[in-house]
Amino acid sequence: MADNVDLIAGDASPPAPNGARAAPILEMVRVSKTFGGVQALREVDFDLAEGEVHGLVGENGAGKSTMMKIIAGVYHGFEGEMRVAGQPVQLRSPADALAAGIGMVHQELSIVPDLSVAENVFLGVQPLMAGGVVDWGRMKREAKRQLASLGLDIDPSARMGSLPVGIQQLIELSRVLFSGARIIILDEPTSALSPPEVARLFEALRRLRAQGRTIVFISHFLDDVLEISDRITVFRNGRKVITEETAALTKDSVIAHMIGRGTAEMHMGESTELSGDDNRLVVLSARSLSDGSMIQDISIDLRRGEITGVYGFMGCGQVELARALFGKGRLTEGEIRLDGRPVSFRSTASARRSGIAYVPENRRMMLFRTEPVYKNVSIAILDKIDRLFLRPGRERDITQRHIKDLQIRPPLPGIALGSLSGGNQQKVALAKWLTELPKVLILSEPTRGMDVGAKEDVIRIVKSLRDRGVAVLVLSTEPETILTLADRVTVLKRGVVAREFAHGHLDKGDLLAAA
Amino acid sequence: MSVTTETARPFTFGRFMAEQMRNIAPVFTLIVLVIFFSTQAESFRTFDNLMNILSQASITGIIAVGLTFVILTAEIDLSVAAVANAIGILVAYFTVQPDYVNIANMPVQGWIAIILTLAACFSIGLVTAFGVTAIGIPSFIMTLAMMQIANGISAMLVRGQIAYNYPEIITTLGSGTIFGIKWTIVVCLAFMLVAHVVLTYTRFGRYVYMVGGNREAAEYSGVNVKMIIAAVMIICAMCSGIAGMLGVAYFGSAQQNQFDTFLLDAIAAVVVGGTSLFGGRGGIGNTIIGLLVLGVLNNGLDHIQIDSFLKILIRGLILLAALVINVYAQKLRESARE
Repeated sequence: MADNVDLIAGDASPPAPNGARAAPILEMVRVSKTFGGVQALREVDFDLAEGEVHGLVGENGAGKSTMMKIIAGVYHGFEGEMRVAGQPVQLRSPADALAAGIGMVHQELSIVPDLSVAENVFLGVQPLMAGGVVDWGRMKREAKRQLASLGLDIDPSARMGSLPVGIQQLIELSRVLFSGARIIILDEPTSALSPPEVARLFEALRRLRAQGRTIVFISHFLDDVLEISDRITVFRNGRKVITEETAALTKDSVIAHMIGRGTAEMHMGESTELSGDDNRLVVLSARSLSDGSMIQDISIDLRRGEITGVYGFMGCGQVELARALFGKGRLTEGEIRLDGRPVSFRSTASARRSGIAYVPENRRMMLFRTEPVYKNVSIAILDKIDRLFLRPGRERDITQRHIKDLQIRPPLPGIALGSLSGGNQQKVALAKWLTELPKVLILSEPTRGMDVGAKEDVIRIVKSLRDRGVAVLVLSTEPETILTLADRVTVLKRGVVAREFAHGHLDKGDLLAAA
Repeated sequence: MSVTTETARPFTFGRFMAEQMRNIAPVFTLIVLVIFFSTQAESFRTFDNLMNILSQASITGIIAVGLTFVILTAEIDLSVAAVANAIGILVAYFTVQPDYVNIANMPVQGWIAIILTLAACFSIGLVTAFGVTAIGIPSFIMTLAMMQIANGISAMLVRGQIAYNYPEIITTLGSGTIFGIKWTIVVCLAFMLVAHVVLTYTRFGRYVYMVGGNREAAEYSGVNVKMIIAAVMIICAMCSGIAGMLGVAYFGSAQQNQFDTFLLDAIAAVVVGGTSLFGGRGGIGNTIIGLLVLGVLNNGLDHIQIDSFLKILIRGLILLAALVINVYAQKLRESARE
């Protein structure tokens, strides 16, 4: 383990000029990885050249993150071989990977907002003076120098949390660089950045490339990938589809590779005929919603008897939009009208009483695992069925009815919720709102992580609610979910409405291109 | 202990024990203590002593009832004893005192004194509730501040003096008897009965458990979580205040610092009884067992030959053991549910 460490750190060969690729700095040979019977990667060959920016694209679950986590030492135990600078290596942890010169900046930054910039750059490796005292002077000087090499002029004593996300990300990047990484993996680095911040990041990446460092750029934002990358690799369903020079690719050809258009892999949920009808009654109308950070100037109408889909990548503001409509999370600007009257919810309870129902993306956020199913169902309707005293018999009857309608298994209202499967838990989360039909039903990722049978049940339930007159809002990062459910679609990109589709044919490629 | 992995989840002894650990352990402790002290001291196993234990536990019991609500929502109230003290002194402040008591008081009629005092008590609860929910101060710190404030009120009102007179009804309920039973026991039982009914059979009670069980889920189910937490903080202040009023009559005097031991006793009773510190589990039944365990322990140690200084240490060790069981029971239950 220790002996593969010095391979790169020892002699850094001079940066190869762009384009002329000698022996690859990293090679992955016939790599396969399974998680509990699910094949995440199938015999993938992948390589990185020294001094290149390598774009990595593919849909959620295509295998790109799995591959990068293997390379970064997060996952170990895979089939196949990994070679760094021609030598086989075995990584057991991210620390091993770092020692071998491979660092990763995750989408969720691992910064400490209350510490200074310098302390964040040196997190865990503060320079010490004799006696174990932290050498603050040296730390600040080094941090300053380090940041300057990325083109940043920042006071190293500034508090990390006071800086914009784009800067925080570059500081985290500089920490990875400082620890000696020559291969740097960036996971969705541009998802939270404004256009000028993206430009600054690209400037920094170009500097690193000129120093001979290798960068892997994982992103859903194809425009960004096409702009910065020298080569692009596309993953689909655990396989590598293609690795190609960026110059030979266009956005459309990348999307075609990602979704396998024109191949036998096309199946349901790849396209839909939208049926938005502008004559339907608008139940909820939101105008110019902003929360000061994640969403800006979003306007959306939810119509009676229609499912409105909101598509976008992780971090596009979907979560914040849904929360804002349910009375959680603060809005700095904008107006929400329900049945034509302006409303302002100060709590989720007032949103619920006004007829808005919400199922968040994470089941744990709305279910009580140790409580019986019937208490989970009745919690949202207690004030409708009881005055002062509870009527458990009534709660059980209502729950029994939902169990029958939604085919929840096992059909026992008294069983602890935690002993149900994930799909059945999701049905309980829906059942909660079905006793008295809400005016507006907001669903975040309604089918994520469910098996096919449960998925179809949920789709059927949601469509039947729409047909009974509920205005449904479905938010998802999975194009299939949107294409299966939605009658009209709004695409969000970095907190703003990027495109709206109301009529006609819509397929996955259109969604990916718009986001 | 065989725990099968079938979806039908058959009933097994091991699973039952794991889930009921928090209820079984305190009852078992109580039985062991009663048997131990009964065999060790003849004076312990008498009817008079039983009444003695109950009346000693009754004032703590009223405070513990309020605390049970708070702890069920996974909050804490450290101001209970200080509030009891301040309210006890306040009711005396509104009552005519003997000539030799040198307090600048404001005597009013008995009923008015009680209403004013209850209003003051409600206000204290309201301030705590406002701090915890509207401002967002953690209840641990907010109630620590309220503890100091209540102590300050006590000090300002009595200025080192001692008051002896209270409205008649307070004197009766605090120190009188009915059919040979102390009124405080009856009042305490009444509080427990009402609290049990509220927690078990009302909508509000369900909300209390759900907020404690998973606050986020309660909020996403459209429960007004802040309102529920504000309500339990006010309920707790009211229980503490009433306990304080009866307490000063029970002691026969109202002065500073006389409730100091009640904070630890009340919290210990709730926790020893098995109500989860993480909220959502437990109830008045648990609190009753916890009160009896502490009551029997305090009383029993007086009946056997034991170093009186050692008693303090023993109480601490018992509390620590209860905390270990409380946290362990939570983990056991969670793993049994997996």
